[in-house]
Amino acid sequence: MAGPTLIPAGDFRSTYAEDTTIFPTTTSRNMAILGIVLICFAPLVFSGYWLSILIQIGIFSIAALGLNILVGFTGQISIGHAAFFLFGAFTSAYINNNFPIPVFFAIPLAGVVTALVGLIFGVPAARLKGLYLVIATLAAQYILLDFFSRAEWFSGGTVPASANPFSIFGYTLRGDRQYFYVVLAYVVVSFVLVTNLMRTRDGRALVAVRDHYLSAEIMGINLTKYRTLSFGLAAFFAGVAGALYAHYQLVVSQEGFGIERSVLFLAMVIIGGTGSVMGTLMGTAFVVLVPESMEWLSHWLKGGMIDKALSLNTNLTFLREIAIGLIIIGFLMFEPDGLAHRWRQIKAYWKLYPFSH
Amino acid sequence: MSYTLEVRGVSLRFGGVRALTEVSFGVKEGELFSIIGPNGAGKTSIVNCISGRYKPTEGHLFYRGKDITGLSPNARATLGIGRTFQNLALFHHMSVLDNIMVGRHHLLKNNFLTGSLYWLTGARREELEHRRKVEEIIDFLDLQSVRKATAGTLPYGLRKRVELARAMALEPQLILLDEPMAGMNFEEKEDMARYIVDLNEEFGMTVVMIEHDMGVVMDISHRVTVLDFGRKIAEGDPAAVLADPHVKRAYLGEEDEMLVDPDDKPAAPECAA
Repeated sequence: MAGPTLIPAGDFRSTYAEDTTIFPTTTSRNMAILGIVLICFAPLVFSGYWLSILIQIGIFSIAALGLNILVGFTGQISIGHAAFFLFGAFTSAYINNNFPIPVFFAIPLAGVVTALVGLIFGVPAARLKGLYLVIATLAAQYILLDFFSRAEWFSGGTVPASANPFSIFGYTLRGDRQYFYVVLAYVVVSFVLVTNLMRTRDGRALVAVRDHYLSAEIMGINLTKYRTLSFGLAAFFAGVAGALYAHYQLVVSQEGFGIERSVLFLAMVIIGGTGSVMGTLMGTAFVVLVPESMEWLSHWLKGGMIDKALSLNTNLTFLREIAIGLIIIGFLMFEPDGLAHRWRQIKAYWKLYPFSH
Repeated sequence: MSYTLEVRGVSLRFGGVRALTEVSFGVKEGELFSIIGPNGAGKTSIVNCISGRYKPTEGHLFYRGKDITGLSPNARATLGIGRTFQNLALFHHMSVLDNIMVGRHHLLKNNFLTGSLYWLTGARREELEHRRKVEEIIDFLDLQSVRKATAGTLPYGLRKRVELARAMALEPQLILLDEPMAGMNFEEKEDMARYIVDLNEEFGMTVVMIEHDMGVVMDISHRVTVLDFGRKIAEGDPAAVLADPHVKRAYLGEEDEMLVDPDDKPAAPECAA
């Protein structure tokens, strides 16, 4: 039977510092560093299409990471995450366009402003749970979208707001190849920050609120504070991701950031694994790649035997949507702990192979 | 006399149900104080009032002379009141270590900003210092072999012990134990009784304990108070309480009284009345 930690035999820790590292073993740490180094070569190897997919995965994973703090770690729910994402995008563009603040600073600043808005919408969370909270966050989504439609000074109204390309101290980064590194840096920093958060006081408090709020309160944890805080943190990462998206697309519009995008963020968290930092990245990659792979599949099927026999040609796009839905349902039924859990199982299997008991 | 904890005329009503009626008692510094009574007597209700889960309908609670009646549960934890629950209330998906570390919440100072920046803000150093304290508790309660295990996967007896560890991590001066031995076998009970005595004598904590096991209660308590139907019916040292006619009636009913202790003369007239 695989142990819970998968520490190899003979790996003893003699200090508490050694026992509180981010990665369970030196091998896993080195693999992660190697992974980051390898991905740095991606712009040299991949075509524009693949690079844009990697950038999307990166940006959305930061937003999903924020949502995972809220849904996975604190056990609350939000179906208004896309609105915060969009708020961050508009805010960063607005700050950069109207004040002499370079994009480099506008992005984190947009995160902070979005976090404040998130805190406001998080206040009802202190009182509401479950389905009631779902409705409250749904309201947040519509209130914010309505605000974007009305506040033309902020969002440009019906005309999409323009955003400047990323620049640091007068040096402007142009094109996917250069922007890729910006996103990569943000992804690494965000994931490290959240990992640290989760192994310190406030992170534990959030999980305690999720697992048993009554005893969390007895342990001295202020429930109102932490429930609201988790909304603020979720909104911060949504805001940063939105800002990154704005300066990637160079325009910000409401198009594609309705409730369905909020649900997709939720799907990323669930498929990746609620309460798993690395799972978020896997879940995001999965949710981004599934429609793409369906696209390839439909291209491949087009004009072929199956297509002609079933006369699919007009309906292939609908089949794509259905397939995505089916995959999500399949995950909920067969892999409720997400890809992160499956990954652990695979590792456990290979560690013990061929004596798996 | 000054008490560490004083319950003064506490009543608790849920609609028409009277859970507690004018209960008063005081717990002295360093005492091991037990609350006993039949099922539904209001024992857990009074502990919930002390820990802040319920707000008494009437009456006041004083901790070290300070009125804590209106304080939130988390504020009471900060004051130094810890508790365990009758029905296990661990954080099931966290490791044993993290469960106990949650108990250090009010003693730790790092927050979401300094915690996220771990290496730069001294959060790491602080966490490690507290880890050392937690390991002392793990040593004391003999939890070394399960410190990395997920709390929800542990057997019942161990979970009870983890819960005690978590309450201890708060470094409380007053610890409330709600049936620490319920559902345990003889050896586990023996261990738990030893831990509780050590909490009291070695760690100097004032202990308020609810327990059904009379053997344990009589052996280790300094004083016992007895509740029945939400009222206090007796209080005193264990032997005196056991001999109290009211207590016998509450536990055994009127019919059986003579069978159990035929020599108990004073009880007979009351029984008739």
